[in-house]
Amino acid sequence: MSVPKVFLILCIGFAASDSMAAQVAVREEPASIQGPRALTDQSKAAVIRDYLEAWQSFGTALAQNRPELLRADFVGTAQEELMDTVKQQDKLGLRTRYQDRSHDLQIIFYSPDGLSVELTDKVEYDVQVIDRDKAITTQRESARYLVVLAPAEVRWKVRVFQAMPE
Amino acid sequence: MSARTPFLFCGLTVAAMHLAFAQAASMILPKTVEAGNAFSIQSTGSGKATLYIIGPGQVLKRDVQLGETTYFPMGSLYNAGHYLAVLAGESSSQNDSFDVVPASKPVNMSFFAKPSRLPVGLHDGITGAVYVFDTYHNLIVAPTPVSFELSSPSGAMQKRTVVSHQGVAWTAMDSTPQQGIDKFVARIGDASATRVVGQVPSDPCGLKMNARQSGQQVQLVTDPVRDCSGNAIPDGTIVTFTETYHGTQSTVDEPLKHGVAEVTMQVHPGARLSVASGVVMGNQIGWDK
Repeated sequence: MSVPKVFLILCIGFAASDSMAAQVAVREEPASIQGPRALTDQSKAAVIRDYLEAWQSFGTALAQNRPELLRADFVGTAQEELMDTVKQQDKLGLRTRYQDRSHDLQIIFYSPDGLSVELTDKVEYDVQVIDRDKAITTQRESARYLVVLAPAEVRWKVRVFQAMPE
Repeated sequence: MSARTPFLFCGLTVAAMHLAFAQAASMILPKTVEAGNAFSIQSTGSGKATLYIIGPGQVLKRDVQLGETTYFPMGSLYNAGHYLAVLAGESSSQNDSFDVVPASKPVNMSFFAKPSRLPVGLHDGITGAVYVFDTYHNLIVAPTPVSFELSSPSGAMQKRTVVSHQGVAWTAMDSTPQQGIDKFVARIGDASATRVVGQVPSDPCGLKMNARQSGQQVQLVTDPVRDCSGNAIPDGTIVTFTETYHGTQSTVDEPLKHGVAEVTMQVHPGARLSVASGVVMGNQIGWDK
């Protein structure tokens, strides 16, 4: 039996859209890391900080159809997929606003070479669909994300960003 | 009949249509779709609507006729993730969500191996981690056996099979006793990836020098310098010769040439001579001549 909560951080998330700016609740489960390498508290904090910032740039990029905003926080497959989505949206006259409401994070893997970290995130978020400036719907969704981050020059970047069935 | 009557009639008609959409329009979604597979969404009701499939990985938009089935051919939706389906009429919309899951067959991998160069005979010195992906580069979360093989030019092989957990498998292997270029291979199904690991001699082992008179000076020569597995230490490695005499030291650094280090130096009678390479100490000789 696990003790589910280590600490609860309430932080103010300044979202991409002013109208959707909201508090984001972030809960971190105790790390359950497979692998021989220990993740220092400092690295763990950096991984989580950079991942949460990635949600911000993801939200802004898809709300404004600006793929270039993804470069700061995403790399590899995740960046390519999200950039393609922005291009598809732009082509279809769509925009989407993603606003994360809560994250329940757990780091599950730190590679022996220190070149990747994997975490799970049970995230709740609002998604608003806008078709040619008309809001079609706003929906509260929840999903379990599997995320792989890799260290870049000065920060961790998201390499895999994939929701799985809960 | 007043002039406003037709407008009122039209307004009521549109309102009735909207009400009918709100009451009748709905859709039947698959709970999950395997990435790349064909799927369909059944709608009920009548009239026209727009169907949106919205996710971070992809967005689709289709004009649909309510009451009909909308088919999405193979390859329409290929990025795994959580998707929102919205069936939107003129005044109302119906929402539901579903998941696209990775294809079951592993086809691609990311193979991280480290280091690319290390000393021989190091326990768990080589590590490899593999992320398993399907043909669309979705991370396959289902447990998948990953085979790791480390083979040396001499034919020696270490083999290990690890079942992935949450999309990743990792292992650690020993570097082999012989120096050379090893191949580190990861396999999943028919796919494989190879990394090259250079294994270099370890620290010198049993470092030994001999001394002999050479005119007024002393010639110091090491035996061929090898590691504990018998691999020759590479030329250029520095060997330090030290003379200690009445509390003072004189040192000479010489690189290995053809596997040995050699120096001719002035030595005081009664001095102690020692040899070292890096942190490895060799033998000592008392020079009494």
